[in-house]
Amino acid sequence: MANVPQPTSAFQVALHAMSLPQAWRKLGPAPVVAAIMLILIVLAVILAPLYVPHNPMSMDSANRLQPSGGDFWIGTDAYGRDLFSRVVTGGQVSLLIGIGAAVTSVILGLLIGLVAGFFRWADGIIMRIMDSLMAIPAILLAIALVSLVGPSVMSVIVAITIPEVPRVVRLVRSVVLSAREEPYIEAALALGSSMPKILWQHLMPNTIAPLIVQGTYICASAILIEAILSFLGAGVSTEIPTWGNIMAEGRDYFRVNPGLIFWPGLMLSLCILSINLLGDTARDVLDPRLKKRES
Amino acid sequence: MLGYIFRRIIAIIPVMVIVAVFVFLLLRLTPGDPAAILAGDNATPEQLERIRNRLGLADPLHIQFINWIDQLLRGDLGTSLISGTDVSAMIGSRIWPTINIGVMTIIISVLLAVPMGVLAAWRHRSWVDYLVMTFSVLGFSIPVFVIGYIFIQIFSIELRALPIQGYRAPSEDFIGFLQRAILPSLTLATIYVALIARMTRASMLEVLGEDYIRTARAKCVRENLVLFRHALRNASVPIMTIIGTGFALLISGVVVTESVFNIPGIGRLTVDAILARDYPVIQAMILLTAGIYVLVNLIIDISYTLIDPRIRY
Amino acid sequence: MKFKSRTFDQAHTVLALRELSVNLAGRPDIAPILDRISLDIRAGETACLVGESGSGKSVTSLAVMGLLPPDALEVTGGGIKLGERDLRAMSSPDLRRLRGRRMAMIFQEPMTALNPVMRVGDQIDEVLRVHTDLSPRDREAKVLDMLEQVQLPDIKRMFRSYPHQLSGGQRQRIMIAMALVLEPELLIADEPTTALDVTTQGQILKLIADLQERHGTAVLFITHDMGVVAEIADTVHVMQHGRIVESAPVEQLLRAPKEAYTTQLLKSVPSLVPRRVREATHTENVLDVRAMTKVYGGGGLIFRSEGTRAANEVSLSVARGRTLGIVGESGSGKSTVARCIMRLVDPTDGEIRVVGTDIARLSRGKLRPHRRHIQIVFQDPFRSLNPRWTVGRSLVEGPLNFGTDRSEAMKHAGDLMELVGLPRDALDRYPHQFSGGQRQRIAIARAVAMQPDVLVADEAVSALDVSIQAQVLELLADIQEKLGVAILFITHDLRVAAQICDDVVVMQHGNVVEYGSAPEVLADPKHDYTRALIAAAPGREWDFANFRPLEQSA
Repeated sequence: MANVPQPTSAFQVALHAMSLPQAWRKLGPAPVVAAIMLILIVLAVILAPLYVPHNPMSMDSANRLQPSGGDFWIGTDAYGRDLFSRVVTGGQVSLLIGIGAAVTSVILGLLIGLVAGFFRWADGIIMRIMDSLMAIPAILLAIALVSLVGPSVMSVIVAITIPEVPRVVRLVRSVVLSAREEPYIEAALALGSSMPKILWQHLMPNTIAPLIVQGTYICASAILIEAILSFLGAGVSTEIPTWGNIMAEGRDYFRVNPGLIFWPGLMLSLCILSINLLGDTARDVLDPRLKKRES
Repeated sequence: MLGYIFRRIIAIIPVMVIVAVFVFLLLRLTPGDPAAILAGDNATPEQLERIRNRLGLADPLHIQFINWIDQLLRGDLGTSLISGTDVSAMIGSRIWPTINIGVMTIIISVLLAVPMGVLAAWRHRSWVDYLVMTFSVLGFSIPVFVIGYIFIQIFSIELRALPIQGYRAPSEDFIGFLQRAILPSLTLATIYVALIARMTRASMLEVLGEDYIRTARAKCVRENLVLFRHALRNASVPIMTIIGTGFALLISGVVVTESVFNIPGIGRLTVDAILARDYPVIQAMILLTAGIYVLVNLIIDISYTLIDPRIRY
Repeated sequence: MKFKSRTFDQAHTVLALRELSVNLAGRPDIAPILDRISLDIRAGETACLVGESGSGKSVTSLAVMGLLPPDALEVTGGGIKLGERDLRAMSSPDLRRLRGRRMAMIFQEPMTALNPVMRVGDQIDEVLRVHTDLSPRDREAKVLDMLEQVQLPDIKRMFRSYPHQLSGGQRQRIMIAMALVLEPELLIADEPTTALDVTTQGQILKLIADLQERHGTAVLFITHDMGVVAEIADTVHVMQHGRIVESAPVEQLLRAPKEAYTTQLLKSVPSLVPRRVREATHTENVLDVRAMTKVYGGGGLIFRSEGTRAANEVSLSVARGRTLGIVGESGSGKSTVARCIMRLVDPTDGEIRVVGTDIARLSRGKLRPHRRHIQIVFQDPFRSLNPRWTVGRSLVEGPLNFGTDRSEAMKHAGDLMELVGLPRDALDRYPHQFSGGQRQRIAIARAVAMQPDVLVADEAVSALDVSIQAQVLELLADIQEKLGVAILFITHDLRVAAQICDDVVVMQHGNVVEYGSAPEVLADPKHDYTRALIAAAPGREWDFANFRPLEQSA
């Protein structure tokens, strides 16, 4: 108000001037390694049908629980199926679920969050519902849903999306709430812009960067939750290989062949790790609040 | 202050009501005949009829809801479809292992995570920082049960230092309890530590950039005083918030960990109930965990006032 | 005007900077932030470091304190001596021991410089605990004595208060108490009154001067405000682009500046003497506010509260082509009035007539057609333009809303850029490519693009350096002349008000306490509060732009 904001000092200018080269140095090797790793995993998974040595579904009782080496690079499972072929093929469903859940939760969350952030009358009721959804542990809700609706890729995506939506809504709403206090929004009001126009043209773009970050985290966590659901027996039908299913079936034979959990677990973890690392990098680069904090 | 606590407790009611409505509709609005879903594919008509009667599925929806809420308010969680026992009794007999391991996990997590986060923020961009951040990213990336199996493989199978699975009540055999509880607690703690350490670091980094930290340094307060006396207290509100919201992760983790380590807690109870489609138990568990979550966060909200004098209601 | 004219030839030198240079860490290739700064401050002397933003004032103070951000800035040459001690040769534990004991610092933002979760008494006490072996009782006695010295009321209660329970002025007093409790030889004050209201500022300046006299402290005072310089300085050092361009005793510098930059800086300081009265060319009021009231809060279902009367029965009017100023301190309600008139908040009661129509109670939809008559320019040039939009897109947003054809709107936007003194091709650039002053020009162009009848300027020049401020004020006057727009100018700065306003409204606690033509209100105030406000304006007896006391020009 009457207070003059501090003039930008040379000191702040200095910090600003160096933020870019410093950021590049700061990014370091982690995101580069993560990106290469993720590209390799995705390519390996998508192109799996072209190169896998065995049919991932064909059982062979003569070759049950083979150790690694020989014809089976990392051994076979309890039904004599080639573990390597199953692990790389299994990524297809896992990735599909991860991306599917991320896209649906971001879109739903964005729409609900924009409404909650800008229309006061809607805010109270929407946020109460979101609070309630957040109070239900995600895994419980997801297994309950899948066990009721029946195991399919679609129901798993829905089951993972529902508990994620409130988080996206909260994020979008908080971005909108802080952005709507900005003078340029008030200026737009004074210029006679309508509410929907302000919402879409001025406010929505502010949410894109945080949503990209949030989307990567949701993708990672969806792949993780799929694995947990399958592990608990509430995932995609056991006939389809997914990372979670392979590990779930491997549970009982874990002490005979730890590779049954180790190899799919490794693939899954590397995949999630690289997505998370890229998410962190995106956040560091895109979130100006954080950039300020880090300088 | 009392008025604030009162208002916060009142504010819980709509949240719990919405949870209850949600849980109620979850079964009823699922496409298909709820009784058929619960009974499974090979059910006889008599079995279907029995389930319908037990859950009152023949009544109109609103009557069912009112009856159910009425039951709940009288403290009656219903009876299991499978065993016919009282659900509250089932929960009562299975809750202690979960509480014991849960408390142990929280203590371990906070004791590990907060110093890790403070150190990482203080030595920002040093090897300590990178180590903490690496650990925290890993903690988010490995499924809980894989961590559990890795622990079992290392400590129980390779080193033979600890029992593989099972549970002992601490009142009967405290050493036995610790031996069996330590791996599940560490397993559960991994993701919680990752979460809290990350938030502590971020919050501390923000606070360390504040003017009053510069003031503290300008009057020559030793660096450890700056960190713990001036910075950590200011940074603690977001840390406590994440401990509260992370509680949901903990509950989810319990479900998995109890399956891995074969612990007879309510997590196992829930998984078994869901797989057997024992709906009264599922309903009760969702309500219970949501209630615990809301309560924990209420307590955390109220305790903000103890930390930050600016928060007065 | 009475300047300080003490001599310090006898006094010993407390702080000596010799050829001090500071660079971006690891970047010796680019221009230094501080370029071979030399200055001396002697015991009891107040040296003012004055300059515009980016001149290196704050970096100088942080370098002396050894508080430069370690990864960003580093001292690359020269010497810093405190008494006989060479600070650059010192180890960091030794340097830390000196801070607080031998040299202390107070900062611009008393709101953020105190730890919000510690009682202020404990924060002062901490200095004693770290640096002395006094017993707890002695420490408390000393802290209370210090609180007394900084003239805080009810010191026992103050001791136990948290920062958020105190006003800005009180917090700055706490900061001063904390800085001076160990009687350091050197006090560095970095814009300590900039964030305070003018009446509080006067009190704090006097307090610093009193304590300095009592303890013989050397003070390095950093400010951008020439008025403050005139009030408190013994010696003035003018900084620009990291260099000291001129150093002189205060009176000499203000009467006969030697350097062109100093001269230009002084010429930019707006005079407190109201500008010449303009003949009213129109009598038609384009803005008419009648008994407008805004109550914040209040209501509540269970816990009914009184609410705050941010504006109480405010009435004012502006004729076409005229400028009405609303002056007052923070919390006076002046910004609330502006926001109500813009209908950015809804007034609780009263009438707001814009070109004849009462808009106070129109629904959002009904209001929209009337928006074009009244436009606003905000204080913060860094937040008032959408950073993701090109300047051109921002400029045509309003006209497009009112059905103007895009290509025509763009063409007009180009004309407007020239009107505000920016190149046409700047339309394709983004806000971050412009300086603060340029952005404020763009914001003005955006408002003018609507061809409004009334332009509300809410502290529109307060965030700008004086030389930029002068240019923007000139631009506003120019636009008014060309377009005949009425301006409602909200400011806390009486100097600015005197230069641009035809009429002035003085507000206090939501009420209008005085309303009249600018010469009447500013030269011959009737109300006590107005008088106090004018009396508190620092350097009010000096005519900076003409290098002479005001009496001569009057």
